[in-house]
Amino acid sequence: MDVVSNLALGFSIALSPWTLTLAVLGCFIGTIVGALPGLGPSNGVALLIPITFTMGLDATAALVLLTAVYYGAMYGGRISSILLNIPGDEPAMMTTLDGYPMAKAGRAGDALVISGVASFVGALLATVALALIAPQLARVAYQFGPAEYFALYLLAFTTLGGVASKNQAKAAFASALGLAIAMIGLDNTSGMPRFTGGELHLADGIDFLVAIVGLFAVSEVFVFIESHGRGSALGVKLEKVTVPWREIWHTRWTMLRCSVVGFVAGVLPGAGASLGSFLTYMMEKSLAGEKGGFGTGVPKGVAAPEAGNNSAAGGALVPMLTLGVPGSGTTAVLLAVLMTLNITPGPTLFAERPEVVWGLIASLLIANVVLLLMNVPLVTIFVRVLSVPPAVLLPGVMMVSFVGIFSLTGSYFDLLLMIAFGVLGWLCRKVDIPTVPIILGILLGNAMEDNLRRAMVLSDGDLGYLFSSPIAIGLWVFAVAGFVAPLFLRPLLRRPSRVTD
Amino acid sequence: MTRPSDRLIGLAILLGAVAFGVAAARLPLPFFSDPMGPRTFPLIVAVVMGLCGLTMVLRPDPDPGWPRGGTLLQLAVAAAVLVGYAYALRPLGFLIPTAVAAAILSWQIEPRPLRALLAGLGLSVGLFVLFRFVLGLGLLAFPREWTDARAPTVAPAAGVEAPDTTDTTLGTGD
Repeated sequence: MDVVSNLALGFSIALSPWTLTLAVLGCFIGTIVGALPGLGPSNGVALLIPITFTMGLDATAALVLLTAVYYGAMYGGRISSILLNIPGDEPAMMTTLDGYPMAKAGRAGDALVISGVASFVGALLATVALALIAPQLARVAYQFGPAEYFALYLLAFTTLGGVASKNQAKAAFASALGLAIAMIGLDNTSGMPRFTGGELHLADGIDFLVAIVGLFAVSEVFVFIESHGRGSALGVKLEKVTVPWREIWHTRWTMLRCSVVGFVAGVLPGAGASLGSFLTYMMEKSLAGEKGGFGTGVPKGVAAPEAGNNSAAGGALVPMLTLGVPGSGTTAVLLAVLMTLNITPGPTLFAERPEVVWGLIASLLIANVVLLLMNVPLVTIFVRVLSVPPAVLLPGVMMVSFVGIFSLTGSYFDLLLMIAFGVLGWLCRKVDIPTVPIILGILLGNAMEDNLRRAMVLSDGDLGYLFSSPIAIGLWVFAVAGFVAPLFLRPLLRRPSRVTD
Repeated sequence: MTRPSDRLIGLAILLGAVAFGVAAARLPLPFFSDPMGPRTFPLIVAVVMGLCGLTMVLRPDPDPGWPRGGTLLQLAVAAAVLVGYAYALRPLGFLIPTAVAAAILSWQIEPRPLRALLAGLGLSVGLFVLFRFVLGLGLLAFPREWTDARAPTVAPAAGVEAPDTTDTTLGTGD
């Protein structure tokens, strides 16, 4: 068995004391990051990137730490959803729908435990599926030429714009803006500068870490200044936490079903965990029917979205590792880490750096157990974290961003650029322009152009080459469908509104 | 004009797309043969962006609630504080600019002066300890002159003379 020997290699790396420490540390930080409203997985991971580099971590260690934070944030998001009716991060939004009513009915502890177990089931199944599917997909990815990669990038942009946003034009604009920003700097093929306006600082292009920290972390401060940090008081009291075994057993099929659906949603490039929790909640709601009482505080209503979003988080790692195309905002940030560490994700990663891939998978399995322990018996510790007021948290986030970027690039210009991206991020949020496609555009822009140009060189300018293989045609069909279909499906996919007091 | 914000932003995007497209079309072509060249991809991006801008002008979403007077001023102040902080970080060391900037931001999020002051001081010292001693970053605590003033007690004369010699070399250079 390939998988067994690979996993053995993985565990030999993951069980080293240093890697284990990083995984546990990542779980701890991640749960806090997820629980705090205003810090989600993507900006949490973004903030930690510069710190990872200053700690001088190697690729495996950095990836283990950051993915543990990523998994941890997915667990932690539910805590503030249930106790405050404020999603700790976007994927946890659906958890507020039944979690908060349960908490108001005096069952906050039950809701936290059930959702914690559901998170564990989702994440565990997704990590196992990742170990089984990723190597197969990596084998398929060997057949990808420039035409296929170009179509794949296109698919990532259109599904991200189509499924994950409310307005196609705005999502497409965000992608185009990211691509345009990626064009700034030296042209890979001819070596000549483009769109730099003679500014020497721009000759190397815009560092995507600067853009990520600006758009995800700095913009958050502006959002909180505008809202004056309202809605931060602890809403419900948490009484003694006990394990409601019967209800957990009662939701077993819900957890399993939602893990499968969530994983598939996560694998789709560009869709990610928010889609996973949304789809699974809606699915369980319609399966349960009127009598199911979804929205009034039922255990299935907290189990479904949590199994879904944790499973989607694992699924999103599949396209990121095998194809170099992230499945969500946070995996886009993780991709940026890999690129900065000079590791090219893709099929060759599995063949040439098995220790990175399998060390990561083994660490995720361990991290998951650690997270279950942290999030069920020890959950009261993290509940206390919620009492950190935003007026202390967000200035801290800002200072960490500044020091992180400054220690990484050492340039004032990059700091100013980061502030500019922060303002841009705030503006985008005001008018509903999604920011994840901008990041994706900056990350993938050069690769997308290079592949298109390579395809044109290979075919001597024949556009038909782009549609010359079944894989390429399939990707194009999905790309177009992913963009067009939501136009018609949108009325059906209306998000349920938040519970109001 | 109804729903002005999307229309205005759409118009700005449209203009930006045209500018980007024009800049792309003017890029010099490389001397070797390249069927696509450096212009085509940016031009495609410019066209997509322009179409999106046009769509926003023609089919705008409802306006979001924009911040008014006071809040808008607060946001501008926050941005200015950040720019100032960026420039102060190297010459003034970590502790003082961080305490000032964090306190202002904290006060802007929730106007409770005492807590803002404590948050500023606490974050400044706490983060310094974290960065300097846990993560091992080479941060300066205070402006360089302060620490230098304490250190070179050996030969103050040399410290005074040094600028003089640089002055004369500059003078002869001219």
